[in-house]
Amino acid sequence: MNIATPPKGRGPLAKREARLAWSLLLPTITMVSLVVILPLLAIFWISFKPIGLADLRPPAPVLRESLRGSGDDLRIEYRLRNSSRDTEITDVTIRDTWPESLIVVGDLPAGCHLDGTVFACDLGALEPGFNERLRVPVMLADGADKDAAEDAAEGSRPHVRGNAESILTNFEFTFDNFVKVFDGDEFWSVMWVTIFYTVFGTVGALLLGLFAALLLNKSFRGQGILRGLYLFPYVAPVIAVAFTWVNLFDPFSGSANALLLQMGVTSEAINFFGQRPLALIMVTVFEIWRYFPLSFLFILARLQSIDTDMYEAADMDGASPFQKFWYLSLPMLLGILSVLFLLRFIWTFNKFDDIFLLTGGNAGTRTLTVNVYEQAFAVSNIGAGAAVAVIIFGCLLVFSVFFFKFISREEGL
Amino acid sequence: MSLLRYGYVSGPVIGAIWLFVLATTISVTMSFATGDAFRPALVSSLVLGALAGWIAVTPQNKTTKIAMISALVFATSLTGFGPTVMQSTATSQGFVAILLALVMGWSIVSIMAAVPFGSLSRHEMEEAWIRFLTGFGYIFFTAIVLIPFYVMVMTSLKSQSDLLQNPLDFSLDFDKGAALFRSYYELFRDFNFGTYMWTSFYVSVLTVLITLAFSIPGAYAVARLNFRGQKAFSRSILLIYMVPMIVLALPIYIAFSVTGLRNTVIGIILIYPVTTIPVALYMLQGYFRGLPPEVEEAGLMDGLNRLQVIWKITLPLALPALASVSLYVFMIAWNEFLLAFMLLDDPSKFTLTRGVAMLNSSEIPREHLMAGAVIATVPVMVLFLGLEKFMTKGLTAGSVKG
Repeated sequence: MNIATPPKGRGPLAKREARLAWSLLLPTITMVSLVVILPLLAIFWISFKPIGLADLRPPAPVLRESLRGSGDDLRIEYRLRNSSRDTEITDVTIRDTWPESLIVVGDLPAGCHLDGTVFACDLGALEPGFNERLRVPVMLADGADKDAAEDAAEGSRPHVRGNAESILTNFEFTFDNFVKVFDGDEFWSVMWVTIFYTVFGTVGALLLGLFAALLLNKSFRGQGILRGLYLFPYVAPVIAVAFTWVNLFDPFSGSANALLLQMGVTSEAINFFGQRPLALIMVTVFEIWRYFPLSFLFILARLQSIDTDMYEAADMDGASPFQKFWYLSLPMLLGILSVLFLLRFIWTFNKFDDIFLLTGGNAGTRTLTVNVYEQAFAVSNIGAGAAVAVIIFGCLLVFSVFFFKFISREEGL
Repeated sequence: MSLLRYGYVSGPVIGAIWLFVLATTISVTMSFATGDAFRPALVSSLVLGALAGWIAVTPQNKTTKIAMISALVFATSLTGFGPTVMQSTATSQGFVAILLALVMGWSIVSIMAAVPFGSLSRHEMEEAWIRFLTGFGYIFFTAIVLIPFYVMVMTSLKSQSDLLQNPLDFSLDFDKGAALFRSYYELFRDFNFGTYMWTSFYVSVLTVLITLAFSIPGAYAVARLNFRGQKAFSRSILLIYMVPMIVLALPIYIAFSVTGLRNTVIGIILIYPVTTIPVALYMLQGYFRGLPPEVEEAGLMDGLNRLQVIWKITLPLALPALASVSLYVFMIAWNEFLLAFMLLDDPSKFTLTRGVAMLNSSEIPREHLMAGAVIATVPVMVLFLGLEKFMTKGLTAGSVKG
């Protein structure tokens, strides 16, 4: 082929345009990297850390000041505590301002000195679980009122500082989280549930969407209404429809059970969301129900953009309805179907709230995403939750490679 | 399969399945409507249906066939051998018998229209089956969509003890008058649902505004301007769209806990747009690409700069797309549950979905939960049904080009 090559290098116009483009994109890039890229990096970091929900607060020295006793025994007491039972805090310093109405009478504790009204201590390191009192004997200045002095002393909050290694920021790494996540049968059962849910949820929603689209691919009165109606499950808030389903399939007061009993399909109430294989199937059915409208919408749009000439030609050639569908419509739909399949596959894989609301991940419905929540918040092991999240992200990267192979063919992106 | 190529085989087969479908549909509908016992009788449906299908392919005129089939179904229904078994009042039994007879007579004859008794051409057979599948499809989809919403609305209007006695009895006691809506009234009075609605509303509107402010310039740059990394960028938008929220929610929870943004509406308003910007960017850039560049170039030639072109030419042209993107973003923000659930604990700051989640406890009666669900659903539904054209167009035109 003989292609004319564009001039090499970039002219000033092109540069200006690129500059403009970047400045238009800058706000988005900043915001997205703040809220997407940073958290993703954080997830990687945390996944290698032995960290639980309680470790989110770094260990810190805790200080309380009070004026105690009376007369000769008057003293200022500082109660100092290390909030952590297993981490040392170093370079602990205290700074406080005393009212002028108090005069020091005895020795200051080791490491402390008084400079005018400013009391400062340099206490060095506090061992784990440290909990002691520092006492400074004082007396009231002439004519000073004890209550007023107490208010003034306790009113000025002492400043305490100390350095402790937070588990979040130190360089201690471990593979424990991943070992724990991969360990045992649990991981593989979670994986199997995820695959079942994703594959059947995706395929089911696609097939149902295709069926619905074929139904509505003709104009008749009421077509608009039906189309709007069929989009309901997708548009309604997930929380509303999920609770409705739980209600509908309740083993005691659910209408579905009553209906089945009455029709003689079963002899006793079925616990749809609480039995082992059934709960997973129900959750998948819910996913199909909720997302068939999306595939329906896209497939219908594609169907309506197919040229009718082709069908007329096929009619002339004597093609039957199924032949027209199989040899004309389906090949035209293949592009949108594959894009939808990949998109829905990824989104179903990522789905969290549906299962969380329906079963809470019980009765054998724990997918990878639900596992993140379970590990991080139910078991309070944030590190393990993050490790699962990293695994999800890894799967996602693999999917997206496939996705871009397809979508670039479909969309020329 | 080749047997189906005869009218006297296809007719009875379709007729049998079709009557069973109809009998089931009517039984379910009547059960939900009256709370009485209706159920389809499998054997007699199949037998009667086959008979009806056979009549439908016999060479007679249309009205005779409808009359014969209707009479058959009606007579058997009255004698208790009909396609449905009923234990209900005489009126509703008679109603079911007549309805089933008429619908069956008319529909099976329509399905079998132009199907001869003897051997069928491929067209005739397939068309009959397609008509059957179409009828089945309409019933099926309408049922699966309507039943949950029907149950949701009706449960919110009935008391829990009534429903425990007979979970199918959704009949309303209209004598109660305004007391029917007691659970709604209580939600607004005792559970602050008015505040939650208002919070949800302004959070959603602000999310839409912020999203548009960020995504319009971004989408324009990706769609129209040439710069290095353009392709990589438009791909990474999609990639971000695919990152699961639960993965991000964990570090966001930690960061918000540390910075004190957890449990604030500001935090929610900060985080919602981030979840919607990639979607909006993607939809808008698809639309911008579809606009003719010549108009913009003409603007450039006339001395406008790029920003003026965007403001004076592109945006007015893209108004329909902006409307549908706004709608979609509004819907996402209004329906968002996960982040609100994780980040908000203080009942005075709840969004509507978070408020509904709060109602899911054993101490609060079921009708309150369902009333909450209705309150959360109705606004999006109204908005959506009113602007449905925008919505479907925007969703399909922008995101995946068909």
